Amino acid sequence: MSLLRIRNLSVDFATASGKFRAVDSVDQDVDTGEILAIVGESGSGKSVSMLALMGLLPWTATVTADELTFDGHDLLKMDKRARRKIVGNDLAMIFQEPMSSLNPCFPVGWQIKESLRFHLGLNRAERHKRAIELFEQVGIPDPEKRLSVFPHQMSGGMNQRVMIAMAIACKPKLLIADEPTTALDVTIQAQILDLLTSLREETGMGLVLITHDMGVVAETAERVSVQYAGQKIEEQQVLPLFRKPHHPYTSALLDALPERATEKRLPTIPGVVPGQFDRPAGCLFSPRCKFANDKCRAENPPPLGEDLGKARCFYPLNTDERVAS
Amino acid sequence: MTAPVMTADALERHYQVGGGFLRKTQTLKAVAGLDFELHPGKTLAVVGESGCGKSTLARMVTMIEEPTAGSLTLDGKQVRPEDWADLRQHVQIVFQDPYGSLNPRQQIGTILQEPLVINRKDMSKKEREEKAREMLRLVGLRPEHYDRYPHMFSGGQRQRIAVARALMLDPKVLVLDEPVSALDLSIQSAILNLLVDLQEKMQLAYLFISHDLSVVRHVADDVIVMYLGRAVEKGPKEEVFENPRHPYTAALLSATPRADPEGGKERIKLQGELPSPLAIPEGCPFAPRCWKVQDRCRTERPMLQGTPHPAACYFPVDE
Repeated sequence: MSLLRIRNLSVDFATASGKFRAVDSVDQDVDTGEILAIVGESGSGKSVSMLALMGLLPWTATVTADELTFDGHDLLKMDKRARRKIVGNDLAMIFQEPMSSLNPCFPVGWQIKESLRFHLGLNRAERHKRAIELFEQVGIPDPEKRLSVFPHQMSGGMNQRVMIAMAIACKPKLLIADEPTTALDVTIQAQILDLLTSLREETGMGLVLITHDMGVVAETAERVSVQYAGQKIEEQQVLPLFRKPHHPYTSALLDALPERATEKRLPTIPGVVPGQFDRPAGCLFSPRCKFANDKCRAENPPPLGEDLGKARCFYPLNTDERVAS
Repeated sequence: MTAPVMTADALERHYQVGGGFLRKTQTLKAVAGLDFELHPGKTLAVVGESGCGKSTLARMVTMIEEPTAGSLTLDGKQVRPEDWADLRQHVQIVFQDPYGSLNPRQQIGTILQEPLVINRKDMSKKEREEKAREMLRLVGLRPEHYDRYPHMFSGGQRQRIAVARALMLDPKVLVLDEPVSALDLSIQSAILNLLVDLQEKMQLAYLFISHDLSVVRHVADDVIVMYLGRAVEKGPKEEVFENPRHPYTAALLSATPRADPEGGKERIKLQGELPSPLAIPEGCPFAPRCWKVQDRCRTERPMLQGTPHPAACYFPVDE
């Protein structure tokens, strides 16, 4: 059985102008020790679905799902107090902006020790020892001294390491990293990604990497799930996804990468991601899809089989029949 | 090759920081000695990590800030602060964040006409409006967008508006400060295409500032790699990307993730982080993070030199 199992998860936000569906019937599994990447553009619901799992959404959000289990716990039936024991302990998250997710009023050491006290109940000396260990593990030089430093005194890369140290403090079974390197420079990004993958090897935790950067996906992920306008539209292992994408959106997105360009003009995707008021009736990608026909515009395609990457498309690309005909 | 439209010679910009009661002020050298030329119809890309002086450079080129030393020449004329007001209309800028750079209370038409109202005082209202509508069409927006407000547009469309505004005065040089890094991938390619089209049409010289090497590889003709305010390597794009000579360039290239899961490659791992720009090491600024470092690097500062393209390193990667 998989570590995390999500079935038919939807999130609706109550806005002043009516209901807005940010996540639309998403299914997702994560196994122990695997790296799953969730890619998508802004507004594709990739962060919101994971925040729903963590229970970190504001009261305006309504979360519905058929199943939401983590490590045998049913998160849907669980009350807040019980969930609080799991979140931060077995289930941890890293956010995009290390500068704004750390508390500027307390030294970073204090912030790490807080979770050690709350979840593991270690005493003062043990907490201190464990905090130093954690800092060493994430590669912060001079850990003893750095414990008493405030977030504003360190660089973005160092703060992100502190965030990671905090997230892995209680040896989580699943770590969700929401755009962990987007705010960082490339040389620091490489260091952080290496750190995350090596931690996965050491501790055997599952890792969910939320990102919009296809390069990061290609170099770190094992399985990739592509989201568009709140729906999961395709899921494949990383190699076949880059080689043979089945959904036209995935294919168009890969073609738009400057590094895949063969000439000065890049292939583009016309139009924009649908918003609250211009959500199409049928397939969500149909207004921008070059293969779309009347059926696509009228009906919402259900996910296809495993062999076709669960693509939500009536006319998937790179199928064997298509090659033959 | 045509004559350069803009030439920079040993451009420097220092800031005085800190200071207070009984405390000395320190000098921060944001840009220290940079030479380059911008040619019409060509793109010069400046790459580097945060804190390397890219944005300070943009501010000097657009005449927002005065260089501390060195000179800037526009069309053969020396750029002096007295002439800034006149010369600025030839150098325009597009900023990174299209959400912050458009006035939310102005209609698109007003935004586009403002440069003309200020700089083309003899133009009639009708002419201005015509020109604004023409520009709107040129950047791929529809005529009905003319009297809408910025919040009604998506990020990509806003960036088109920002480009349109920059082009209203028919500039010779366009500074693009991370023009696509705030945009989604599917929008990014459309904006890059637009920039390429406009460059061909209007023979613009681009100074393209970016930290995204895959974008730079696509748009640039020439590349300058900066590290802590200095150029560490410069040359034609193909040479710099195919045969990087400075270890920092090599590390930067290898650290950039490539969207190709099959292209296995050795990643050069850099130790440590960018030193504080207040305490730039003596000798080569890259020495503390370099894996080829020798004693000489720590004491003497290497100059930008060598063939086939110059690099500031005593022990270039290819030798």
